[in-house]
Amino acid sequence: MIHFVQDLVESNHYLPTRLLHLLREIQARYHYIPNTAIEQLAELLNIPRTHIISVIEFYSFFHLTPRGQYDLLISDSITDHMLGKIPLLDYLTKKLEVKVGEVRHDDLVSIDNTSCTGMCDQGPAGLINGYALTNLSLTRIDHLTDLINQQIPLEEWPSDYFLVKDNIQKKDLLLNNPVHMGDALISMFNRGKAETLNEINFSELRGRGGAGYKTAWKWQLCCENEYQNVDALDNVATNNHQTRYVVCNADEGEPGTFKDRVLLNSYAHQVFEGMTLCAAIIGAEHGFLYLRGEYLYLYEKLQTILKDRREAGLLGKNILNKNLNFDIEICLGAGAYICGEESALIESLEGKMGIPRNRPPYPVTQGYLSKPTVVNNVETFMAAASISVYGGEWFAKIGTEKSKGTKLLSICGDCDRSGIYEYPFGTTIYTILNDCGASDVQGIQIGGPSGIFISNHEFERQLGFEDLATGGSFIIFNHTRNILDIVNNFTHFFAHESCGFCTPCRVGTSLLKNQLNKIIDGHGSTGDVVALEELCQIIKKQSHCGLGQTAANPILTTLSRYPELYQGLLKKISYEPGFDLDEALEAARKLSGRDDTNAHLTQVEIAS
Amino acid sequence: MSKSITIDGQSIPFIDGQTIMEAATAAGIYIPHLCHHPEYTPHGSCKLCNVKVNGRVCSACTFPAMEDQEVLSNTAELINDRQKITQMLFVEGNHFCPSCEKSGNCQLQAVAYHLNMLDNYFPLFYPTRKVDASHAEILIDHNRCIFCTLCVRASQEADNKDIFAISGRGINKHLIINSTSGLLRETDIDIKDQAAHICPTGAILIKYTAYQVPIGERTYDHTEIDQVSLNLEKHGHE
Repeated sequence: MIHFVQDLVESNHYLPTRLLHLLREIQARYHYIPNTAIEQLAELLNIPRTHIISVIEFYSFFHLTPRGQYDLLISDSITDHMLGKIPLLDYLTKKLEVKVGEVRHDDLVSIDNTSCTGMCDQGPAGLINGYALTNLSLTRIDHLTDLINQQIPLEEWPSDYFLVKDNIQKKDLLLNNPVHMGDALISMFNRGKAETLNEINFSELRGRGGAGYKTAWKWQLCCENEYQNVDALDNVATNNHQTRYVVCNADEGEPGTFKDRVLLNSYAHQVFEGMTLCAAIIGAEHGFLYLRGEYLYLYEKLQTILKDRREAGLLGKNILNKNLNFDIEICLGAGAYICGEESALIESLEGKMGIPRNRPPYPVTQGYLSKPTVVNNVETFMAAASISVYGGEWFAKIGTEKSKGTKLLSICGDCDRSGIYEYPFGTTIYTILNDCGASDVQGIQIGGPSGIFISNHEFERQLGFEDLATGGSFIIFNHTRNILDIVNNFTHFFAHESCGFCTPCRVGTSLLKNQLNKIIDGHGSTGDVVALEELCQIIKKQSHCGLGQTAANPILTTLSRYPELYQGLLKKISYEPGFDLDEALEAARKLSGRDDTNAHLTQVEIAS
Repeated sequence: MSKSITIDGQSIPFIDGQTIMEAATAAGIYIPHLCHHPEYTPHGSCKLCNVKVNGRVCSACTFPAMEDQEVLSNTAELINDRQKITQMLFVEGNHFCPSCEKSGNCQLQAVAYHLNMLDNYFPLFYPTRKVDASHAEILIDHNRCIFCTLCVRASQEADNKDIFAISGRGINKHLIINSTSGLLRETDIDIKDQAAHICPTGAILIKYTAYQVPIGERTYDHTEIDQVSLNLEKHGHE
């Protein structure tokens, strides 16, 4: 182990920023991060061991105690549940003779739950030693159990277990007009950098991750300190000024979202080209693709594409002989939804826990290693590359007043054709439901758990920042689904993913989870829904970042639409204790060996 | 002419680079806080100092003062939310004031009194946390840690050591110690270190000093935390 860690750190140039990568390698080899490795890393990287331990304990895919040689994680997205996840997991644990969260006695296999793995259109899904498994079924589990028990290496498993389909169902502006390798850069050099930034400005492209900040403004802010005005962009010798960074946010963690996965599988060249375009404009030499750990299976493929681009003169030194130097590094996440927040993502890139920073300063002035940094979503870079080729007008003529162009949706849940759909902004929900073959719809979760739940009275509403904004997640529920089960799943998700930095989110999301459970379990009384809503408001108002500020949305958006669902579960008494009196006496009964009538207490019910 | 902001309608001056908290304190206005300490890098995690700046909620300890800011701090809504956030800190750990040797000198307790917190309101979590009594002179009671990171920052910034860190995620956050065993005994912490004295609650205590100052004569027994905090600011911190 000593040599392994030594070689690993050496090949990563003793850089503490590579800590996540180092830990991934150690975890993959030893199935945990042994204490000796922590001590060695601390010494070689010259960082405190507490820093390493805190990073290990922050990310779900790192462990201080050994996992099985085959470490199975089953996706806990609501869509996996709708596809029969619970009975499947029960079957799996019985077959493999191991409980959820535990390692089998022979250390061969371990099973646990994990947050949505982004395979919602081909679930139930999971991960085995980090690699995506799709379309899990009872038959597959039978076979998978044999493969594990016979200790067959993953490379020899049937390839269709790992098959991930694109499922592109509807193409529009972007998907119908892919950019040929290099064209976006050639267009930019022909037109000029300032003029290209003008085109992007004119296109009114807004960030596709969900927040919707105008892309051209972000790029401009990032280089503004350097140039008095953007017109100077082309007059200044390239790349010899302040260090800047371009970061592509591919930490697609919002449950129900999988469009970035598809773009990176089939349009990666264009995404990298968009990043290179941004680098040329803002004057960056280094870029990062922050790829969520769940998409490990894409890593090698993307490395090959980067290599191809270097060979084609589109990355590296002197790109297209235009004196542009830029290269891209791929960094894998390790199971933390919060890293989708741009400043948490930057922290993670620096080899730290993904805790969102205090702002200001914003990443455009102080981002990666405190240098000006542009962080954009995968789809944003892809659109920017198209705009460079086809022009701002081409993009801006589609959409609505405040939302130009098209949006990629990841549609899943109760419909006939789940997958990727591209729509102009302004498209009604009604149209979308027709296209994907959804009938008997009860409601839709738009924008994932952090977005909103709309009812079947709202199908005239439109996609767009002025009405229904979404990062892409679009989950459809028919009338057989229980809304409170959905809300419960989302609320547990946020409590699990809260980074724990600020009090309202750290404590609040767990309180929220417990308070909701209390009501769903039938222990709620008159004041409990009021208390639930009050708690929601505090978390929403007072939390540090977007996670906390949206964690109560599943409850708030369903409580306003279906108050009767919550009220109907309340007991008709004025007060219900937060615990079961009789249950609390169980330990005393065991100790005293009594079980007579007097050793029991009934919950006192007072008529309201 | 000096620059100014308003806090609850009162105009106060600031100089560039000051946070809202620093400007407020200099002007004799107390904004409740626990993770903030004027001598250390602002952290912004406890969220007690959240104020409304031109309608937007910001942490006063990290947000820079800028011209044209209308800051609201002492509103019924913010006072209520601060009380609830304090209650969250109480139910998250195991805080039993009557049996805690820090009682009367505890900032968490004093802030709770200041905010008129009369009960826990939320259900208690009763987490299982340990006590680290391994060190000869310094005791760590993890039950009382509120993850303010003041000991982490004091150890790094004042003591030039790296004794503490906050690890874990969400409700499982916990304080960890920089030694092979994870115990304080094996660190090079010294009783004179700032980190040993900075804890706003009773999570880090100096042994054998618990009742040298009797109950009734302690810092917050007769003076509320707002006055204590502002006086300390004026005459320098302990």
